[in-house]
Amino acid sequence: MRVGLLHSRVRVEEKLLLDELRALGADVDWIDVREVILDLHHPEPWQQYDVVFDRCLSHSQSLAIATILDTWNIPCVNHVSVNRICGDKVETSARLVAAGVPTIPVRVAVSDESALAAIEATGYPAVLKPPVGSWGRLLAKVNDRESAEAIVEHKLSMGSVGHGIFYIQPYIEKGGADIRTFVIGNETICGIRRRSGHWITNTARGATAEKCQITEAIGDISVRAAQAVGGGMLAIDLFETGDGQLLVNEVNASMEFRNSSQPTGVNIPQRMAEFVLHTAEQGVIR
Amino acid sequence: MQSTSCPECEATITVQNDAVIGEIAPCPECGLEFEIVSKDPLKLDEAPEIEEDWGE
Repeated sequence: MRVGLLHSRVRVEEKLLLDELRALGADVDWIDVREVILDLHHPEPWQQYDVVFDRCLSHSQSLAIATILDTWNIPCVNHVSVNRICGDKVETSARLVAAGVPTIPVRVAVSDESALAAIEATGYPAVLKPPVGSWGRLLAKVNDRESAEAIVEHKLSMGSVGHGIFYIQPYIEKGGADIRTFVIGNETICGIRRRSGHWITNTARGATAEKCQITEAIGDISVRAAQAVGGGMLAIDLFETGDGQLLVNEVNASMEFRNSSQPTGVNIPQRMAEFVLHTAEQGVIR
Repeated sequence: MQSTSCPECEATITVQNDAVIGEIAPCPECGLEFEIVSKDPLKLDEAPEIEEDWGE
């Protein structure tokens, strides 16, 4: 089995995945995304791969490459359609709502005036997130009208068209922790609870990870969220409200797991490598 | 283990033998991040900046 491992930076995750793929007998090529040239008329260099494992850090670079691979019927994990949905919070939320998966309410607005009206309708505190982005970057907790006016003005002057799309959620009190589950195929294989004194509970921002028992409810909502975006290997972020209700916050298609294998006791990269090779056997599924 | 000087502050940056090209090696003193671009000989280049659309 020949695997192309598409990467930007080589992180702990990519090295662990390489080891696990090789342990399963795969022949793995590192492919640095910065060196990639795809000649649309010549797929031959890529047809040597039974599967391409997309670990690209950049959402736009990932989409450009995976879209072309898909037209060449070269399996890619995750499928480009899943990456497209998960890389954009507007798309993710729209799919979750359409599928009836409990999620945090979202309003979307595309102008300064409508954004302010949507924030007012949401109530304070509200949370603004860039539709594309990760690791808790550029999130804003908006506590009052004055803050909302300032943040909307700043976002519109940032120069990127993406910041003109306003993604607005109510602030959810989650007791200083959220839940990150890992779904592979139709199974929630494990989960962690991420604790932080800060309202942003990403481990990339210093939250600590501890094992989260996968109850039937947590496992079920996680799989439903994964299926709503097309399925594959997905990390689901859940909020547990004070009354015990589970809400999906985000779905991540290129999951990081360095802080999760140890507390959960689950060899996450091994399970991911198995899924990648399984996908290669199945071929492109649309 | 291999080592080289930080191009910025000249502190010693050490990388493990199993490090691979493309891996990030932070300078222990000035904190700048460097990318391993060659292992033999060990060469470091400034790591690319995190872009807006990077993430999970």
